[in-house]
Amino acid sequence: MGSNMAEAHPVGFQWVMEAKARGAEVIHIDPRFTRTSAMADLHVPLRAGTDIAFLGGVINHILQNDLDFREYVRAYTNAPYLVDERFQDTEDLDGLFSGYDPETASYDNTTWRYESQTDTGEGGSRAKEQSRPDQLGSGGPGLEGGARKIAADPELKHPRCVFQILKRHFARYTPEAVEEICGVPAETFLRVCRAWTANSGRERTAALVYSVGWTQHTLGAQYIRAGSIIQLLLGNIGRPGGGVFALRGHASIQGSTDIPTLFNLLPGYLPMPDTAHEDLPSYLHKVRGDRQKGFWRNADAYLVSLLKEYWGEAAAPENDFRFDYLPRINGDHGTYRTVLDMLDGKVFGYFLLGQNPAVGSAHGRLQRLAMSNLDWLVVRDLAMIESAEFWKDSPEIETGEIVPERCRTEVFFFPAASHVEKAGTFTQTQRMLQWRDKAVEPRGDQRSELWFIYHLGRLLREKLSGSADERDRPLLDLAWDYELEGDEPSAEDVLRRINGIDLRTGREVGGYLDLRADGTTACGCWIYSGVFADGVNQAARRKPHDEQGPYENEWGWTWPLNRRVLYNRASADLDGKPWSERKALVWWDAERGEWTGHDVPDFEKNKPPHYRPGDDDVGPAALSGDDPFIMQADGKGWLFAPNGIVDGPLPTHYEPHESPVRNQLYAQQGNPARNVYGRAENPSNPSPPERGGEVFPYVFTTARLTEHHTAGGMSRQLPYLSELQPELFMEVSPRLAAERGLTHLGWAHVITSRTAVDARVFVTDRMRPLRIEGREVHQVWMPYHWGHTGLVDGDVVNDLIGVVLDPNVFIQESKVATCDVRPGRRPRGPALLDYVAGYRKRAGVTPETGTRIDTVTRHDIAHREEDR
Amino acid sequence: MGLADWIRSWPVYRQVTGRDRTGRGRAAQSGRSAALTPRTTGADRVVGSVCPFCAVGCAQHVYVRDERVVQIEGNPGSPISRGRLCPKGSASKQLVTGPQRAERVLYRPPYGTEWQELDLGTAMDMVADRVLDARRKGWQDADEDGNPLRRTMGFASLGGATLDNEENYLIKKLFTALGAIQIENQARI
Repeated sequence: MGSNMAEAHPVGFQWVMEAKARGAEVIHIDPRFTRTSAMADLHVPLRAGTDIAFLGGVINHILQNDLDFREYVRAYTNAPYLVDERFQDTEDLDGLFSGYDPETASYDNTTWRYESQTDTGEGGSRAKEQSRPDQLGSGGPGLEGGARKIAADPELKHPRCVFQILKRHFARYTPEAVEEICGVPAETFLRVCRAWTANSGRERTAALVYSVGWTQHTLGAQYIRAGSIIQLLLGNIGRPGGGVFALRGHASIQGSTDIPTLFNLLPGYLPMPDTAHEDLPSYLHKVRGDRQKGFWRNADAYLVSLLKEYWGEAAAPENDFRFDYLPRINGDHGTYRTVLDMLDGKVFGYFLLGQNPAVGSAHGRLQRLAMSNLDWLVVRDLAMIESAEFWKDSPEIETGEIVPERCRTEVFFFPAASHVEKAGTFTQTQRMLQWRDKAVEPRGDQRSELWFIYHLGRLLREKLSGSADERDRPLLDLAWDYELEGDEPSAEDVLRRINGIDLRTGREVGGYLDLRADGTTACGCWIYSGVFADGVNQAARRKPHDEQGPYENEWGWTWPLNRRVLYNRASADLDGKPWSERKALVWWDAERGEWTGHDVPDFEKNKPPHYRPGDDDVGPAALSGDDPFIMQADGKGWLFAPNGIVDGPLPTHYEPHESPVRNQLYAQQGNPARNVYGRAENPSNPSPPERGGEVFPYVFTTARLTEHHTAGGMSRQLPYLSELQPELFMEVSPRLAAERGLTHLGWAHVITSRTAVDARVFVTDRMRPLRIEGREVHQVWMPYHWGHTGLVDGDVVNDLIGVVLDPNVFIQESKVATCDVRPGRRPRGPALLDYVAGYRKRAGVTPETGTRIDTVTRHDIAHREEDR
Repeated sequence: MGLADWIRSWPVYRQVTGRDRTGRGRAAQSGRSAALTPRTTGADRVVGSVCPFCAVGCAQHVYVRDERVVQIEGNPGSPISRGRLCPKGSASKQLVTGPQRAERVLYRPPYGTEWQELDLGTAMDMVADRVLDARRKGWQDADEDGNPLRRTMGFASLGGATLDNEENYLIKKLFTALGAIQIENQARI
């Protein structure tokens, strides 16, 4: 779901085809019939933005018909735990959970906790402002008391146990409701339910694959929660052939999340400190708690080792290892907030390192106008891209909004070295690090980012040397002494230090279990610890797949500790035996007293399955022999999230920010905690209950093509790829073409309240109108790779999209919006601005449109930018 | 060439008499195509690499001759890709050797209408000065309640998903030491 795997990840898709050839049933649930649908046994089209209604229907089907894998659910998930008696569900509050504050559009989640839990949770507007859930990429959220006995009903009958709450919450997600909301006939929906449940359980497993078709929504994190709940109920997590697979779209986007270039994270999903973290002890208390289970308990060793890698000798026990050198966050500093701040003149300089936001980010117009208001911009890329040339070639030049002679931004373009001109690791989508050797030297001024950043740091340190200013100490004390190969820093030395060094011996540590909180180890990213075990670059291993076992553990290196399947303790039953022989992965070898199997066990090697911790144990020691989810504070898979998600403990169907219909399940229309940025430059199309939505009657969605790559900087410049996909186009159904007078291969343009873009029309049955609320709803699809630099050009499709975000992770809703479509080219020059303004006027769009988030209790609160 | 050899070299003759009855293989081969050799045969070395496009992580063999990339192919040993590459991966030789590759630093002064060339060292020095200036202008010691912030809001960075782990590591480390926090990449998008 939410993935066109055959198109966007074609080589990975060979394994789906391999499974199909061996008898697996492949189901593709997606708004449009695609290359993936063509290879599937069943394609189920649904309205973009309604996946939770569909998935909630599947959950309801499982629970109403007792189709869950009961032994697994009872033992390995939090289904038996009792929730606070003050908790109120969306069933009670017409689409809101208890704790909602309309003023800040955020939740106080105190009432979502377990009955026996003692702390106050981490909700509220502060958690939302910092995208707190995004900081939980490795361990689970805090749950003080998770190591203690949690009140539970093993029979799953208590009305306040998670299992019963789940059952009540999803009871209204009936096949009829799915049909009404998603446009999927009940019989088709039930066929999916039957296939999913019949292929799950003790003997069988089912895998779930998603991509940005799930993440780029105002409730994207909850889409994935919904999929995870199904997979937990059916026993499909931690088992071979099961799982929830995120197919990521860039060579090292997983790596740039693990070793984050992200505002709210430090390496290994350690949160960036905020103003509430006065010192190291208060930070650690917040991060790992005092009475929690699991390996987050050792976060002190992970953080202190990072500080030792950052500041070397200067980081010592008596100065809290220079914890005070870390800058503090205190709100939303995400990329969209930053771009709005550029527009307001609060940001002076901007580095773009292999990224092209003028095409690739939502609301390209906003991106370009923001860049035209900077002091300086540095762009590093393989070839010239739109973001470096906004001042001379962009739609705003055409409209007269940017005039080169009046644009003050100083722009530096640095040519970058390519993947064959530098050594280093990418982390691919299943957490595997693969090393690349350097094939040739880069030419001319081409340099790697490693070179650029290293030498920029060197220059800055030289310029500030001798400074007495206290603010310069973190830079001057920085351990910036990587080995050099010529004037290029050694990537292998950087990887060694990411792996971690035992400072007493100077040798590489073997894994994160070796890290210490006393300053005797340095480690750049604790989850990558082990990638240089035994002094060997494990990521460079290339033993051919036909010369090793089925899990190919000697090709590359997968974090953590080369485990290929996370939480694989769950592949064995409570006694440590595989649930079934055909689904054996790891198991307990009683004779040798250790876990063993085909994969590296994701569990303490010598902890027996019937081990029970003492009353006062915490951290890893508090994990029972049947707690497979070793990073979670209670060792269990979470059907219900008592902490860590800012927009509700359970997924709930809300309409997209821009939708043609009213939410049919609740009075609450959209995600009540979504991030809106209401201002004139970022208008929204109206959605019910607001009036004016009929001006933008169609559902709009975008996606990738095989032959191009993201914002096009690596594909629109290449003759082969440009020839294969030479021109921007839109796909519309024959009925929509008739309704709007569009001709196949002719021109048409799509309009939102942001702008209009034009493209060739592709009239095709791949787009199928859906029946929603008794009327026909049309969807329009476009690929988004085009811009005005390169061998082929076309309008920037992301210019159509506004900025509105998922509150958990601050990802924009670019997979669904509303639009109008008209035949012919769009107006050119300043006429374009008037044309779009005319649409806004007809629809009654103001900066407040779409910002009245609460549609249950307080209809009158508009969340405008100016009010911040 | 004698008459018999000439007749035997004729594709139709070869198609009728040989095994390639459909004429799509050896029968259609000309003398020129018979003499062709793959670009890979003359390589000085083969270097192990990974495709730079999506996140599947298909393994590549990079063929190098005279310090130039002459071909990039899939590595059949990979358990991920088994030697296959998609159209983008197959085009990666064009990606790294094509004429679109920029080789020189370019500079656009404020209010400028065209690019200018700039020496790499000068450009690095200018960028360093601008970083210090923006850092100073956007510096915040503490919030209104006196809580330490020790940061700058003066400059931001976007990018990393196409870069190496080692590069992301240095980016985060350097910018954090400078007090910059608006460090983001495609994973947010």
